[in-house]
Amino acid sequence: MEQKLERILMKVQKPARYTGGEYNQVIKDKSKIDLRVAFCFPDVYEIGMSNLGMRILCGLLNQRDNIWCERVFAPWGDMEEEMRKAQLPLYALESGDPVAEFDVVAFTLGYEMAYTNVLNMLDLSGIPIHSAERKDCFPLVIAGGTCCYHPEPFASFVDICNLGEGEDVLPEIMELCIKAKNEGWDKARLLREAAGIEGVYVPGLYEPEYKPDGTMAAFRPVDGAPKKVTKRIVQNFRESYFPVDTVIPSTEIVHDRVVLELFRGCIRGCRFCQAGYVYRPVRPRSPEILAEQARQALKNSGYDEITLSSLSTSDYRPLNCLCDELLDYCDPRNISLSLPSLRADNFSIDLMERVQRVRRTGLTFAPEAGSQRLRDAINKNVREEDLLNSCRIAFEGGWNGLKLYFMLGLPTETDEDVIAIADLAYKVLNVWKKHAKNKSRGPRITVSTSFFVPKPLTPFQWEAQISMDEYRRRVALLREHLRSKSISYNWHDPETSFIEAALARGDRRMGAVLEEVWRRGARLDSWGEYFSYERWIEAFEACGVDPRFYANRERERDELFPWDFVDVGVRREYMWSEREASRRSQITPDCRKMCMGCGAARIYTGGDCDE
Amino acid sequence: MSKQRLLFEKSGRAVYMSHLDLMRTMKRAFARADILLRHSEGFNPHPLISVALPLSVGQESVCELMDFELIGDMPADLISRLNAALPEGIRAAEAYEAGRKIKEIKWIKAQCLMSYDGGCTPELIEEIKGFLRADSIVIRKKTKRGEGELDLAANMELLELERQYSDTLRLELLVSAAEPTVNPALIVSAFEQLRPELVPDFMKVRRLELYDREKKVFR
Repeated sequence: MEQKLERILMKVQKPARYTGGEYNQVIKDKSKIDLRVAFCFPDVYEIGMSNLGMRILCGLLNQRDNIWCERVFAPWGDMEEEMRKAQLPLYALESGDPVAEFDVVAFTLGYEMAYTNVLNMLDLSGIPIHSAERKDCFPLVIAGGTCCYHPEPFASFVDICNLGEGEDVLPEIMELCIKAKNEGWDKARLLREAAGIEGVYVPGLYEPEYKPDGTMAAFRPVDGAPKKVTKRIVQNFRESYFPVDTVIPSTEIVHDRVVLELFRGCIRGCRFCQAGYVYRPVRPRSPEILAEQARQALKNSGYDEITLSSLSTSDYRPLNCLCDELLDYCDPRNISLSLPSLRADNFSIDLMERVQRVRRTGLTFAPEAGSQRLRDAINKNVREEDLLNSCRIAFEGGWNGLKLYFMLGLPTETDEDVIAIADLAYKVLNVWKKHAKNKSRGPRITVSTSFFVPKPLTPFQWEAQISMDEYRRRVALLREHLRSKSISYNWHDPETSFIEAALARGDRRMGAVLEEVWRRGARLDSWGEYFSYERWIEAFEACGVDPRFYANRERERDELFPWDFVDVGVRREYMWSEREASRRSQITPDCRKMCMGCGAARIYTGGDCDE
Repeated sequence: MSKQRLLFEKSGRAVYMSHLDLMRTMKRAFARADILLRHSEGFNPHPLISVALPLSVGQESVCELMDFELIGDMPADLISRLNAALPEGIRAAEAYEAGRKIKEIKWIKAQCLMSYDGGCTPELIEEIKGFLRADSIVIRKKTKRGEGELDLAANMELLELERQYSDTLRLELLVSAAEPTVNPALIVSAFEQLRPELVPDFMKVRRLELYDREKKVFR
């Protein structure tokens, strides 16, 4: 280890996250490698190492003998300060080599508030932040992840975006890079060729044009780039790569356990949920494959906990049979199994009791809205009686703690809907009073509200976010109606959600704001101790960009969106019809009850949706 | 089955793992090696392992001890299986039945490498020798109950001091392991409090050996 680093590590919090050397890290011989990839997660180690997507893609790339993919995370503030002081550039954990020496620098972008970390990590690496300033082919800066379904806000910083799931397309991009390296292409050629790969978006090959009112007039491809870029999905998800032999952190991370991915996509179609639309079609794995993956992953990791993960885990058809098989393995070994993402309408107490034999954690339900009318408007197809029934079963089963999650500011929300959240909480409390098995300790009911952020590529992409003042008023209204000592109420501060809303539907002009706010010191913006609303507002002002234009404006039906060139399968007309249905508080059945022909099946040539 | 003891080393990049990190890592390494540890009874069972004299983050050791209990007999190949399951820097050396109580450890031999970026003059070496061999070195030390005083001289012995490189001194110390517990890093605190001009630019500590009250090697 370099002496500079050795000295720094003694001065910072939790140094183990900066050293690498964990069990199962992948070390390769540099001299036998065709391509070196620095896989960057734009947040700290504890968050990034908990990310399944990163584990999948690093593992997948490292299966190839000629590629070495290493991990890079954002340093916490104290470490960044020491690194800058010592002029120690950002390095990859496995080799310790500076990121600037890599061929490909790949970022995975999962949430908008991580954008400033991308700029900061490039800068800490000594790599120019703008694509246009990087004249050479390599390091090539690429990005993927959920945020890339709408890459325009960070278009000027990355060379290549990968739209959709990375498993199939990332190796194709890597092959192209190897070819470019061997044949000595210039950057323009590499970018042109990359644009020919399905699912690859090269921002530099597109030119936006704006109307005087600030909306988009046109978005033109140049140099033969395709007009539409269709997202890539894993065509054979059933048998696709899953990391069962992954890096085991030496220090504690957020999700320190085996995560098993049951299926991709979601049958539900909640109108606010971007993941529910962009990850379609639904593709499950078989319980046999999953059980084997679980046994392998547990055996290889030594973890004593496994969790089942998917957008809506209880919608996995063979869930009971999978859990039985997993428990047969886990029980004698003191391994616990946990189930997140339970829906209140098909919640099985029997299953909960079986899996949570050891640690009885609290239960969480997310009705999202208080009134049935509003739940119908957002297509969260949970009926009040189902929710109360699930609560009754839970209370009878001995649970006393229950968390209820809601959003404030959903389209069409009225004061009545806000007060209905309180009513629902009181109904849950009454169910406890009537049915609780163990009343000696009292109920612990927690109501949490977040501030709704309209996301692109959902039926609510046309909607305005309510103002922060209006959100605060609704919080106060709800507080007034939640006066029971048995119910506690938590609400999110609106500032982050407002900035997030502006970024989520921003266009290319947002790049200047990102750069400005980063230059003013923004980083680690998803952390309360670093986020500064004032700094963001100052940056918007300095750039002459109004965040309200992006966050608080309702769009016309035919407005050209900066993400319209992205084809996620689900068609824009379908989103609009869902938006219209929401205005009528009309529900759309889930995909299993009836296929609505959303369009996602079009791009699924490898099988049938939900089969 | 009776209590077993593991002698292991912690060095290289693994020195930055905290005590809790180490416990988690050991637990997982046993599971990966498919060696079943006995668990506590009760609502939230945890494996019965304990690491003696927790090492500070950043310090190396070639003489760490961990007590554990197994379900079943000790496998003959325990050490090789465990080493295949441990991360870089943690190496199991020996496993044997735990005989003596950890409480009997009284002294720790430690090596301190002190770097002086300006170089180590013979005068500096003499100054340090003189300082560390004084009859009394009373320093303020933070304790759980606030601030206390500690006489380092009564609980520490300088065994060797030599120049290893032009800018690095190598010290060997005996420090008290218990009652009171003296961290070798306290010599830097002593410099800071009493002789600031002797404070090194960097110091690396490595535990070399454990001894009982009679200064016989403890295993």
